[in-house]
Amino acid sequence: MIQFVADGIVNAALIALGAIGLSMTYNILRFANFAQGEILTIGAYFTLLVLGVLGFGIGAMGPVAFGWPLLASIVVAVGTTSIIVLIVDWLLFRQLRDKNASRITFIMAAFGVSLMGRNLITLVAGGEPKYFDFYIPKTFELLPGMKVRPDDLAIVAIAVIAFIILFAFMNRTSMGRQMRAVAENPTLARINGIDVRAVIRWTWIIGASLATIAGALLAHNTQLRPEMGFDMLLPMFAALILGGANNLYGTILGAIVVGLTEALAVYVGLSGYRAAVTFLVMIAFLMVRPQGILGEKE
Amino acid sequence: MPEPVLSIKNIEAGYTPSLPILRGVSLDVFEGEIVTILGPNGAGKSTLIKAIAGLVKISSGTVSLEGRDITGLATHELIRERVAYVPQSENVFARLSVEENLALGTLHNPTQHASQRRRVLDLFPDLEHLGHLAAGKLSGGQRQMVAVGRALMAAPKLLMVDEPSAGLSPKLAQVVFAQLVQVKQTGVTILMVEQNARAALQISDRGYVMAEGQEKVHGAAASLLENPEVGALYLGAKSRMARS
Ligand SMILES: Nc1ncnc2c1ncn2[C@@H]1O[C@H](COP(=O)(O)OP(=O)(O)O)[C@@H](O)[C@H]1O
Ligand SMILES: [Mg+2]
Repeated sequence: MIQFVADGIVNAALIALGAIGLSMTYNILRFANFAQGEILTIGAYFTLLVLGVLGFGIGAMGPVAFGWPLLASIVVAVGTTSIIVLIVDWLLFRQLRDKNASRITFIMAAFGVSLMGRNLITLVAGGEPKYFDFYIPKTFELLPGMKVRPDDLAIVAIAVIAFIILFAFMNRTSMGRQMRAVAENPTLARINGIDVRAVIRWTWIIGASLATIAGALLAHNTQLRPEMGFDMLLPMFAALILGGANNLYGTILGAIVVGLTEALAVYVGLSGYRAAVTFLVMIAFLMVRPQGILGEKE
Repeated sequence: MPEPVLSIKNIEAGYTPSLPILRGVSLDVFEGEIVTILGPNGAGKSTLIKAIAGLVKISSGTVSLEGRDITGLATHELIRERVAYVPQSENVFARLSVEENLALGTLHNPTQHASQRRRVLDLFPDLEHLGHLAAGKLSGGQRQMVAVGRALMAAPKLLMVDEPSAGLSPKLAQVVFAQLVQVKQTGVTILMVEQNARAALQISDRGYVMAEGQEKVHGAAASLLENPEVGALYLGAKSRMARS
């Protein structure tokens, strides 16, 4: 019975890593980035590319079926994915900001980027599923009735470390403070001398970095396909809305609820309906608490 | 005549090109002065400050700072010119702590953070033990202190404050005005917008009265307080009786 908790937490870690970027673009750039899924996908394909160049396979760390070659590849992919995302912002979203485009224009533009991104990935990398490396998953019994894979523990640990670094950055550095200031009141931020353009660049870099980690780990756990990230879009949005859209901690809590709900749906045999179940839970929750778990009423 | 710290010449500005709000406003602020802009609601007082701060587009006229033309300067560059601005509303980051609000004031002079913080806390001792609280949790008077305190962290030479006494009790308003006098005594020049005309003029050196996007009268604060036309229009008959 509690098996679903283990599966759900791994789900949650990946959803949360992806959804942080969604939350940040929503709060700082003020639009729902429907191309967030493709950032995960591109990050994962870059990881695959670097792994191929390195040629060491994915390595291993004791019982964990991946090691430094995968981690090093993710680090390089974080850099390249961030650069791609900054270029797309410079070519597209910056122009829309300069023209004071409406929110709906931003969202439609993001839809376009999402679609084109997926097509481009299919064109370049092919539509068939790919795998980082061949490995035989091991499992052990963590608690009675709860089997986990060492890889899953490593994934959750990586996510936790990433969140600790993220919150240290947001709460302890000047740029983190500036980002929170712009999220709350962009005009007052500019009056205080905050360069909103620099804040926007950091927003994309952090979102893309965490999304790359999510995409690579998800690809390691499952398989790499051009639609991989897109399929994560709905759970990521659900986590964002459920958590309270203006709170990063909320996004992580939202991801835990969504991850557990999906795992429970699979566990009770509703695998094919897990998106629907998640949305039912989300809607039911929002009827009771419309601002989300940690959200503040506007 | 010395060079004004801030000099505005014949500014026209508005939120949309078809509807100018400011229709030829001129104003000078000299070093060490407190200058107050008065006028009824909708006169364009806030719009004037926003135009100086680059938040409203100026279609003609000039803004200069110590003789340098800064017309149309990007808002985020203003603080580098050592001009600080406290807007009328939403002037603190409510979700950030008091200390974080203050720290955002020294983005361009981070090495001065400790010394400026000391000066601000000496001026507003109430903030000393509120440092870790979210600014949104504070009372109106405390929030106003955070807003002015953050502006002072930048060690500005010109402080622009829009209605610092708005929403405060008369007693708290007096405290805020007394604090502005203290700020002036530390060598900061102040341009202030106020509805609370009498109290504001009492701490001001000079005043400008605006109506309908134009400057109507200006002069020494004392002469504006005596001016029957200004009194009847903007100070209210009751307050003049109270004075005599
Ligand atoms: N953001 C805005 N967009 C459009 N018009 C505005 C805006 N803010 C103020 N106005 C208009 O500009 C005029 C002057 O407003 P304002 O400068 O705020 O007056 P005051 O500060 O003197 O009360 C008013 O007619 C007001 O309706
Ligand atoms: Mg006003």
